[in-house]
Amino acid sequence: MLKHFLAAALLCTASLPAHAEDFTAADWNKVLEEARGQTVYFNAWGGAQNINAYIGWAAGELRDRYGVTLKQVKLDDTAHAVATVLAEKTAGRDEGGSVDLIWINGENFAAMKERGLLLSPGWAQDLPNWRYVDHENKPTITTDFTIPVEGLASPWGMAQLAFFYDGARMDAAKLPRTADELLAWAEANPGRFSYPQPPDFTGTSFLKQVLLEKVTDRSVLDRPVEDDVFAEVTKPLFDYLDTLHKVAWRSGRAFPQNYPAMKQLLADGELDIIFAFNPSEASSAIANGELPDTVRSFTFPGGTLANTHFVAIPYNANAKAGALVTANFLLSPQAQARKQDPAFWGDPTVLSMEKLDPAARAGFEAIDLGIATLKPEELGPALGEPHPSWMERIEEEWNRRYTAEN
Amino acid sequence: MLMLTRLGPALVILLLTGPIAFGLAGTVLPAFGFLPVLGGMELTLRHFRDLFSEPAIFTSASLSLTMGLATAFISLLTVMLFIAGYAGTRAIGRVQHLVSPLLSLPHAAAAFGLAFLIAPSGMLARLISPELTGWQRPPDLLIVNDPMGLAMMAGLIVKEIPFLLLMTLAALPQAPLPQTRMLAASLGYGRMAGFLLGLWPVIYRQIRLPVFAVIAFASSVVDVGIILGPTRPAPLAVRLVEWMDDPDLSMRNLASAGALLQLGVTGLALALWLGLERLGAALCTRMAMHGWRFRRDALIRAAALAAMVLAAAIVLAGLCSLLLWSFAGLWQFPDALPSSFTLRTWMRTLPSILEPLRMTLLAGLLSTLIASLLAILCLMNEDETRRRPGRGALTLLYLPLLIPQVAFVFGLQLFLVYAGMLATLPALVLAHLVFVMPYAYLSLKDPWYAFDRRYDQIAAGLGKGRARRFFSIRLPVMLRAVLTTAAVGFAVSVGLYLPTVLVGAGRLTTVTSEAVALASGGNARVIGAYAFWQMFLPAAGFAVATFMPTLIFRRFRGMQV
Amino acid sequence: MKEKGLFLDGVKITLGGRTLIELSRHVRPGGVLTVMGPSGSGKSSLLAYLAGFLDPVFTASGRALVDGIEITRLPPEERHAGILFQDPLLFPHMSVAGNLIFALPESLKGRSERRAQAEAALEGVGLDGMGTRDPATLSGGQKARVALARVLLSEPRMLLLDEPFSKLDMDLRQQMRMLVFDKAHERGLPVLLVTHDEADAEAAGGETVRIGE
Repeated sequence: MLKHFLAAALLCTASLPAHAEDFTAADWNKVLEEARGQTVYFNAWGGAQNINAYIGWAAGELRDRYGVTLKQVKLDDTAHAVATVLAEKTAGRDEGGSVDLIWINGENFAAMKERGLLLSPGWAQDLPNWRYVDHENKPTITTDFTIPVEGLASPWGMAQLAFFYDGARMDAAKLPRTADELLAWAEANPGRFSYPQPPDFTGTSFLKQVLLEKVTDRSVLDRPVEDDVFAEVTKPLFDYLDTLHKVAWRSGRAFPQNYPAMKQLLADGELDIIFAFNPSEASSAIANGELPDTVRSFTFPGGTLANTHFVAIPYNANAKAGALVTANFLLSPQAQARKQDPAFWGDPTVLSMEKLDPAARAGFEAIDLGIATLKPEELGPALGEPHPSWMERIEEEWNRRYTAEN
Repeated sequence: MLMLTRLGPALVILLLTGPIAFGLAGTVLPAFGFLPVLGGMELTLRHFRDLFSEPAIFTSASLSLTMGLATAFISLLTVMLFIAGYAGTRAIGRVQHLVSPLLSLPHAAAAFGLAFLIAPSGMLARLISPELTGWQRPPDLLIVNDPMGLAMMAGLIVKEIPFLLLMTLAALPQAPLPQTRMLAASLGYGRMAGFLLGLWPVIYRQIRLPVFAVIAFASSVVDVGIILGPTRPAPLAVRLVEWMDDPDLSMRNLASAGALLQLGVTGLALALWLGLERLGAALCTRMAMHGWRFRRDALIRAAALAAMVLAAAIVLAGLCSLLLWSFAGLWQFPDALPSSFTLRTWMRTLPSILEPLRMTLLAGLLSTLIASLLAILCLMNEDETRRRPGRGALTLLYLPLLIPQVAFVFGLQLFLVYAGMLATLPALVLAHLVFVMPYAYLSLKDPWYAFDRRYDQIAAGLGKGRARRFFSIRLPVMLRAVLTTAAVGFAVSVGLYLPTVLVGAGRLTTVTSEAVALASGGNARVIGAYAFWQMFLPAAGFAVATFMPTLIFRRFRGMQV
Repeated sequence: MKEKGLFLDGVKITLGGRTLIELSRHVRPGGVLTVMGPSGSGKSSLLAYLAGFLDPVFTASGRALVDGIEITRLPPEERHAGILFQDPLLFPHMSVAGNLIFALPESLKGRSERRAQAEAALEGVGLDGMGTRDPATLSGGQKARVALARVLLSEPRMLLLDEPFSKLDMDLRQQMRMLVFDKAHERGLPVLLVTHDEADAEAAGGETVRIGE
């Protein structure tokens, strides 16, 4: 399929193999050649310093190895990048777009796919490093929020909701094991729990977690939301929130803006339980001196929300070849291992250990996941994401109910 | 040269009115549904209906309105009482020295400082805990981001007080201070009452436009709102920027309609202020008619001085705690100091701060250079024609400071998208220029007028042409003033948030846009490092402006301050 | 009118329809014309008119010629009108020598030659060896003499004096008067003196025109 891409999108290189039905190394060399000297504007959420630093590291590697200049456009909401591409498409700017690569999943991916804003046909499976990807055992790599990925985005990392607490202040035996227990705990400890204000993705993930636990029939969430059932399906969620807000941090009159803000609040002792969409966040925060080393993780035995995050290339990207090279590099065992290391980021890999050669596997095994990180088998079942339309409606409803106090 | 000076005013008018006019058009049209980029061609009031059905939109609007009025009122009141109590004394000079550096500090940095000072886990709470409060953990109090916007108001006030103070001090020489003071004293009026009844009206007339600028700014500010402002709901301008960013592009129409509402809110705030002016004038007249003397004003005087010092102290203390955070290892509540110090934050942020730093310098220096040149050209043209700009021209100059930024930067962004200029350096410099230009002109104007023109006439008599006279006499003699102008312009550029975010579109970032983007993460260490650069850059500019002339002309006493 | 000296040919300066000055005179080389009048009488506007800096609020007609050249048609820097104000107005960012060297015509080339001329001029006003001094460190009388030396170095065609002695002490004032008028005479420069001090007019010795009375 790479040939389609090359033929359709790759600038002016006319001398392509005529029968490249199968992916060949020669095609990839063409891409590498094309990519040399390109500048890739990588639109990625920029709210976490360790992630920014990781991207900075990747930029250095890409420059040294492939002559590709990677520049991170730090977003506070990935929706900005979607808006930019959409604006460019509407303005007829079908080439030379300003976004080359987007860190994406969920509603943003769904929106871009639906509006034809992504480079197609699918290209992710044609990347040389795809052969290491664990798509067989990790269904969220091929189905993102119930939407088939179809190679329109390349997996970058795995995420699962995990909770953190400070062992110096809390008794590990009394940790909540379900959303309901969490609410009971919050009522017993007023002011010590909160969640980031939607539309922040960590905040909406919490809403989805509660919804998944409280809904009677989860299958309804796999389908696009229907008006007549929305109120009924989400009523338990909003009842839950109404109760929670009364006993939440600042009595629910204000919310942390995102996960890093919650992390700071845990460090300051304002919050007692926080959560992230990355199980090793606590360990990397300890490694960075942002959290005390008494912080530990826990999860709900019934399972927590999980998904995969991707990188995608807009259809009008200016540096398509450079973006492909970047996506491929981000999938490389070396880049993935560094990403999984809490000393740098601590984001679980999308690769399959079985598919790696022994040296690469040893690299992963050598990583110290940190004292606060649960082992993969301790993480509990992964709960799939609802269809993105649910989240959009829930955000709207959240805004309607809680934008103003009272 | 003659041609060039004629060009000056024309260019300035073009540079100021062009972006504003196009920007406003680009905001107004989409508000009524006309946005060809998105295929909207019909004229409709739908977006206003949508706007007014947004949850709590009127709460947001009234927040903005009160923010504008209350900030201006409290800042002006403080400055007025302080000046009334201390004009002509040495306290003025001391406070001026204390407060002047704050003027160059970006609003966002001051807001960060305040936030880290007053938050429940902030510096103040740490200093008094647990000894005085018994708090082992931060209290669950909503101080920063409070729904009334008090924290935000405080953040604005501590920044506007220096601004209004320096504006007032600039106007002070035009008032016959000693005479009026003696007259009032001989009639038995208290020091402050005599000043307020006799001199304040004259001074106020001079600082009216700056006061209006404060109202307009405070009623439409975005960055301070993000850092300190209420979140449920946020002030109007903050919400508008969120809508502008929404992936659903039809929200742009809503944002544009909202920008018009913002224009109305700011307009209403100004109109209400005009009413307050009348009320104040009437009150003064009545007091004068009654002949109240207010001789015992020592308490008010002390309070005014305390308020001035407090405003400066808050910002300085806030900045110190930010700096402390940037070097902090683990720093748990209620420790007053970090348990360890480390350079880690600086090492980690350095690579990612280089690019914003470069862009800050580039955009700042270029826009400052152009603005200073244009200001000089305009002033030379005034010399040429011997005409000082009238009220109209001055208002035009203040236009970018009186119109809410969102109201025209939205539209400007749209035009730049059309022109394929979005996120380019020229566009960013142009956007900064719109805001740097007024300050550059206003700060150069008085020293320029103060230059003894007989120097120029003597040099002409010595047979020197215009260019030679300018470069050999006027420019060197005025070097300090020109560099100070540049430093002012540079400081303005460094502090610009909204124009940078909208025109830079996330690809051209400055330390200020980056710092505000990081604000949401609440990472005190990183914010501290960014805030350091925010305060360092303008301060460095002023240091150059102060020390370079001193150094160059160290042999000449007549060139020292 | 092709003769040497300064010709004021039907010079008339009005302000808002009011005539301030109406004058035709010939000042021969080395001669002095004194214009006297109270402040606000517009006597300084005559000076500004000749130097080329008349404020546009005034209306001027007529013409002025120096050595047969109609200077009123020239830009200020080509009129070579040496001006002395009541303040010495030494350029504060240049040394004493710097002030003098700046005044030398550009046609005079060579650093050492220019420097030597400046030194000579200083000697001429009795300030030998003061070239490296900061003007701000000079006494009032010294400053006035440097100002005179400066204006003479620029090879002026005439001297325009705007109450140049009024800020000096009594005894200095007399010395400066002598010095200025001697130098003007020596060089054959026509002088226009604007003053309200009778003693100035007396010392000048030429014709006195009174205006605004």
